Amino acid sequence: MSTVELRGFGWRHAGRRSWAVRGLDLRVEHGERVLLLGPSGSGKSTLLAALAGLLAEDSGEQEGTVEIDGLEPRKARERVGIVFQDPESQLVMARSGDDVAFGLENRGTPVDEIWPRVDRALRRVGFRYDRDRPTAALSGGEQQRLALAGALALHPGLLLLDEPTANLDSDGAALVRAAIRAAGDCDTTLILVEHRVAEALPLVDRVVVLEPGGGVRADGPPERVFTEHGAALAAAGVWVPGHPVPPRHAAGPPGELLLAAEAAGLAPRLDPTDLSVREGEALAVLGPNGAGKSTLALLLGGLLKPTTGRVTATSTLAGADAAAPPHRWRASALVRRIGSVFQDPEHQFVAGTVADELALGPRRIGQPEPAVQARVDELLARLRLDRLAGANPYTLSGGEARRLSVATALATAPRVLILDEPSFGQDRRTWLELVDLLADLRDEGHAVVAVTHDADFVAAVADRSVRLSGGQR
Amino acid sequence: MITVEPLTTGTHAPLARRNPVAKLAAALVFALALLATLDPVAPAIAIGVELAALPFFGISYRALARRAVPLLLVAAGVLLTLVLFAAERDGAELLRLGPILITTGVLYTALGLALRVLGVALPGVIVFATTDPTDLADALVQNARVPARFAIGALAAFRLVPLLSQEWQSISMARRARGVDVGRDPVAKLRLFASTAFGLLVVAIRRGTRLATAMDARGFDSDRPRTFARRQHFGPADAALIVGAALLAAAALGVSILLGTFRPLIG
Repeated sequence: MSTVELRGFGWRHAGRRSWAVRGLDLRVEHGERVLLLGPSGSGKSTLLAALAGLLAEDSGEQEGTVEIDGLEPRKARERVGIVFQDPESQLVMARSGDDVAFGLENRGTPVDEIWPRVDRALRRVGFRYDRDRPTAALSGGEQQRLALAGALALHPGLLLLDEPTANLDSDGAALVRAAIRAAGDCDTTLILVEHRVAEALPLVDRVVVLEPGGGVRADGPPERVFTEHGAALAAAGVWVPGHPVPPRHAAGPPGELLLAAEAAGLAPRLDPTDLSVREGEALAVLGPNGAGKSTLALLLGGLLKPTTGRVTATSTLAGADAAAPPHRWRASALVRRIGSVFQDPEHQFVAGTVADELALGPRRIGQPEPAVQARVDELLARLRLDRLAGANPYTLSGGEARRLSVATALATAPRVLILDEPSFGQDRRTWLELVDLLADLRDEGHAVVAVTHDADFVAAVADRSVRLSGGQR
Repeated sequence: MITVEPLTTGTHAPLARRNPVAKLAAALVFALALLATLDPVAPAIAIGVELAALPFFGISYRALARRAVPLLLVAAGVLLTLVLFAAERDGAELLRLGPILITTGVLYTALGLALRVLGVALPGVIVFATTDPTDLADALVQNARVPARFAIGALAAFRLVPLLSQEWQSISMARRARGVDVGRDPVAKLRLFASTAFGLLVVAIRRGTRLATAMDARGFDSDRPRTFARRQHFGPADAALIVGAALLAAAALGVSILLGTFRPLIG
């Protein structure tokens, strides 16, 4: 068990003007289980990195002190375990057991103790396979369980979890939460960062809310924090249980058919699927990880050629081009009709500044420069990006990058907008803006297709849902 | 696509079971010896030895043929290029096709080089086809005193390689979704390739940095001496494999010298 003590702590990353965290006074006692909240940009991840001793001295500027059991975190590394968001980039070894053993080897654990400890850690997280199971063959939820086992095998006094379920579907997330709960009946202090508060509450006994400008905004048992500050926290972008989002469904029936998938599939990723996309309708595509939802989005988006069946555009959408399937269209013709927003916004960035990024599409389709500028300014204002017009897209925060990737797809005014996990990992404020924006577009007559495993998002905006059932991975 | 994934796992073939470092060393000794000569005889013998050794590594000829397709293409390319473009055209004339004169000398050199490519590369193909990358990294650290920071770090990076081809596909599709594509203009194609490659580099560096952070969080950068969960033993049979490889390579060169075909690389 470990104690955490922060006094006036602040950290500014090298080369940044503003502080990621500042003026933080916080004490976490032995065995406490803390949920750390705050709107995006309040420095939660930076704080966890500081506690894990992962902020190198030369990578920024520090104010105040951080202590773990009275030690500076870089000297207390052996007392701290951390699990990150992305399973792909935290598993080291090819076999599951070897991965758990990795940390023990690094710490110089005697060989005869390693495998018993590996087995114990795997049991504690409810890992269902043997030690030789290839890590690449695990689902996202199982991979995160394994990452948790890798941290627990080291017997950390302090366990830090940085949005461990953010990349997972609801089944995978439940698996990981069960593992966190099961691992909890031991003497570990826990600090958890999680966007979706309702699911995380059973795991914790204390909630700490960070203030974006610096310091702590609220601190105490969950019920008290949410009773006293719930409304204000929700307004600031924190997901607070019991503050439902007003749904925005279509006022009228959907309009004409724009795009249709007829038994369209891509072996082995997607079984043949039928789907129709109509103007004025928001359609949600649901299903477990591995069912081929993203693949379906790519087929509809004219970015992949189906191996079976076909995707066809109607003449309402494509005029004379409707004779050819969307994947055969030139890119400049495609972006005027179908816009695609990828799960990882960074994949889509090609320009050096936010403004150039928005101007790219309109220029590509040959719009005159004054029209391009007008469109860029309109989108910057509409998606609250105007202050970032000159920023490099790769330096944006998660929420900003998501808004920009949606804005780039809107820049060429496509009738169909296809989004892959648009609400994933967003704070409440960005999330609400997205719902409003997509509902507005739908009401203007666009067709919106969202691949998602966010049930709240579906409840808030979808007029119709389609569930894909495949998926063995 | 060139792949180095093992073909056989948990094999009990006598040579596949040898210590990975011993296999690697044997392959290196064997291949380096071949580099000493330019004649076709020594590499031809070496290829014969390699093919004869295949069953002892538990690899079927069919599996090797599939794996060696890129290698065969390279060898064929070498052969063709030299036959067409070699500067020295000595020896007896065999065939004249317009401006191309094929002589025994040209054919001899070309065959020598093509066989060398095969003879030198095959041992590597065999070793990687029968070696689990984790075992290789373990053995390099434990038996060859390679720093763990390097061997295990490379192993972890190696695991990210398959992800890169997925990322490349994603980035390419994302560009198209942004309205970026090129027709037949080769310059525009090259520029798109460069910008996609840059995007991939950014993504790869970010992912690599995250992985490195996660590894350090589990003490990879600690000063403590590491322990080894998986032992790799280097025994007499492993030493014998290296010695055997050296002897067979010497024999191949010896035959070539006796036949008078030996052409040293230097001198």
